[in-house]
Amino acid sequence: MNTALLLIQTLNGLQLGILLFLIAAGLTLVFGVMDFINLAHGVQYMIGAYFAVTFYTLTGNFFLTTILALGAALVFGLVLEFLIFRHLYDKDHLQQVLATFGLILFLNEAVKVVWGAAPLSYDAPEILSGSIVLMPGFLYSHYRIAIIVVGLLVALLLWYLVARTRYGMLVRAGASNAPMVSALGVNIRQLFMIVFGFGAMLAGFAGIMAGPIFSVEPGMGDNLLILAFVVIVIGGIGSIKGAFIAALLIGLVDTLGRSFARDIFRFFLDPSAANEVGPAVASMLIYVLMAVVLFFRPAGLFPAEGRG
Amino acid sequence: MTDIADSQPVKNAGKTEGRVPWIARLDLAAPLVLLILFALVPAYAAAADDGFILSFVTRIMILAIAAISLDLILGYGALVSFGHAAFMGLGAYVMGIAASHGMTELWLVLPLVLGISALFAAVTGAISLRTKGVYFIMITLAFGQMTFFTATSLSGYGGDDGMTLWDTTTMFGVEIFGNDTVFYLVVLAVLVGVYLLCRALVASRFGRVIRGTMENRERMAALGFDVFRFQLVAYIIAGMIAGLSGFLLANHTEFVSPAYMSWQRSGELIIMVVLGGMGTLWGAVIGAIAFLTLEEVLSYVTRHWKMIFGPLIILVALYAQGGIAGFLKGRGRG
Repeated sequence: MNTALLLIQTLNGLQLGILLFLIAAGLTLVFGVMDFINLAHGVQYMIGAYFAVTFYTLTGNFFLTTILALGAALVFGLVLEFLIFRHLYDKDHLQQVLATFGLILFLNEAVKVVWGAAPLSYDAPEILSGSIVLMPGFLYSHYRIAIIVVGLLVALLLWYLVARTRYGMLVRAGASNAPMVSALGVNIRQLFMIVFGFGAMLAGFAGIMAGPIFSVEPGMGDNLLILAFVVIVIGGIGSIKGAFIAALLIGLVDTLGRSFARDIFRFFLDPSAANEVGPAVASMLIYVLMAVVLFFRPAGLFPAEGRG
Repeated sequence: MTDIADSQPVKNAGKTEGRVPWIARLDLAAPLVLLILFALVPAYAAAADDGFILSFVTRIMILAIAAISLDLILGYGALVSFGHAAFMGLGAYVMGIAASHGMTELWLVLPLVLGISALFAAVTGAISLRTKGVYFIMITLAFGQMTFFTATSLSGYGGDDGMTLWDTTTMFGVEIFGNDTVFYLVVLAVLVGVYLLCRALVASRFGRVIRGTMENRERMAALGFDVFRFQLVAYIIAGMIAGLSGFLLANHTEFVSPAYMSWQRSGELIIMVVLGGMGTLWGAVIGAIAFLTLEEVLSYVTRHWKMIFGPLIILVALYAQGGIAGFLKGRGRG
C-alpha cells in the first residue's frame, strides 16, 4: 500500500514540478535577458485560469477554451508590458519590486471585482475524465497524467526554440550579455517583448491547466510565484535547463516531504512529537535545499554562460 | 548625500551656497515635529475620549520601528531585504509562545526575543549576504516564506489561524502594558530610542563603511574592509530591532498569526521605507504614517481599496524615488 502511495505522490510531485516549470521558464528568461524582477508573473498564472473560466462558460469546450485563453493571456501580458514593464527595464531592482508588487495588489483585487471572491472552477475535458488503476484501489486521473505529458512536450518545444532557433540563440546571448547583443545591432526591445509575451503565455498555460485541479481564486498565483523564484534561484537565472531540473526537484521534494515527513519522523520521535515536527520540517525543506545550493553555488546550479 | 551624518553644514556650506543647512535643519526638524505630534496624541485621545486613535497610532509607531530597521540596511546599505517581516513575526511568536507557557517576565522574554532574532539574522544573513542583487532579494524572500510556513505548521501554537494571547508582558510580575496610554508611551520611547540608536550608527565609522559598500562594494573591499562582516552586523542589528517591534506588536494586538510574516507584509515594509524616503530614518516613520493612514482612509472609501493603492505604489516606484522626504528636501532646494 505504501508503494502505491509513494507512486501517487511521486506523480503529484512531477505534476507540481511541471506547473512550476511553466511559470519559472518565463520568469527565468525575463530575468536573464532583461535583468527584470517581475513579481507580477504569478498574476499571469492566475489570469490564465480566470480567462479559462470565462471562455469555458462561453464555449463549454476545454480545447477551444485553452486556445482562446492562451491568446488572451498573451495579449494581457503584452498590454502590461506596454503600459508598465517597459518603463521599468532601466530602473533598479527596488523600483521593479515595488511597481510589480503594486500591480499584484491591483490585479488580485481587480479579479475579485470582475469574477467575485469565491473560488471558481471548470471541468477537465471529457476524454480525460477517466482514471487509470495504479494498483487495486489506487486510481490516478487521466487529466493529471495529461498535464505531465503536455508539460514535458512544452519543455521539449522550449528546448528546441532556445537551443536550435535564431531567436533562441539571441535569447541565450541576451541572458549572457544583453548590452552586447544590443550593440551588435539586434532590436533588443523587440526581443524583450517576444520573450515577455512568451513567458506570460506559458504562465497563463500553467494556470489554464491547473484550473480543473486547484480552485481558481484571487491570489492563487502568489504562493506559486515564490516557489518559482526558488526554482530559478536553484536552477540559475537565465537557464531553461536549470529551471526544468530545479522545478522537478522542488515539486518532488515539496510533495514527498509533505506526505512522508510525519512517517519518517516517527522512526526517531514519539508519534505526537512527530506530528508536530514533521509538517514544520516538511514546509521548510525546499528553502533549506535552496540555502544549501546557494551556499555552495551562489549563482545556482546551471548559471547562464558568462554569468557564472 | 542625503542625511545629516554627511551633510556637515560647515564643510559643505560654501559649495552648495547655503542649501545644505536647510536640509540639515530638516533632518533635525522633521524628527522633532514627529516626536511632538506623537507626544500630543495621548492628550488628544484623552480629551476626545477616542480609544481608536490611540490604538491606531500605537500600531503606526510599532511598524515605524520595523521600517526604521529596514531603512538601516535598505537605505544605507542597499540591501533589499524582502523577508524583513519574518523578524517581526519571529519576535511576536517568541513572545506568544513564551506567554503560552506562562513566561511573561520582561527581563526573560525580551532577551529571548532579541537573542533569537539575532541568531536567525546571523544564520540567514550569512547565507543571503553571499549573494548579491536579485539573488539577495529572492533568498531573503524565501527565508521569509520559510518562517511563514513554519509558523502555519505549528499546530500547537494556533497553526494557520494564529493564537490569542491571554497574558501580556509583565515586569516583576506586574502587567505593565495593561493600560493603553502607558503602552503607547512605552512604544514611543522605544521608537525614539531606536531612532537615536540608528542615527548614531549611521553617523559612526561603522555607518560610513556600510554606506561605502552601497556606493561601491568593490572599492570598500579594496580599501581593506571586510564588507561581508560589516553587512552581516548591520543585518543582525536590523533583524533584532524588527524582532523587538514584533514583540511590541504581539503585546499590542494580544494575538500572533503567521500573517505577521507573510511576504506581502515584507513588501509593505519596503513600501513604507520608499514612500517615506530611503536613507533618512525619519522618512521611514513618515512612510509608516502615510501607509497606514492611506490604508485606513481608502478602506473607508471602498472595500476594494487595493485597486487604488496598487496603482499609487506603481506611480511612487516610477516617479517618486525620493519619497516624501525627497519631496520635502526638494522644496528646500527650490
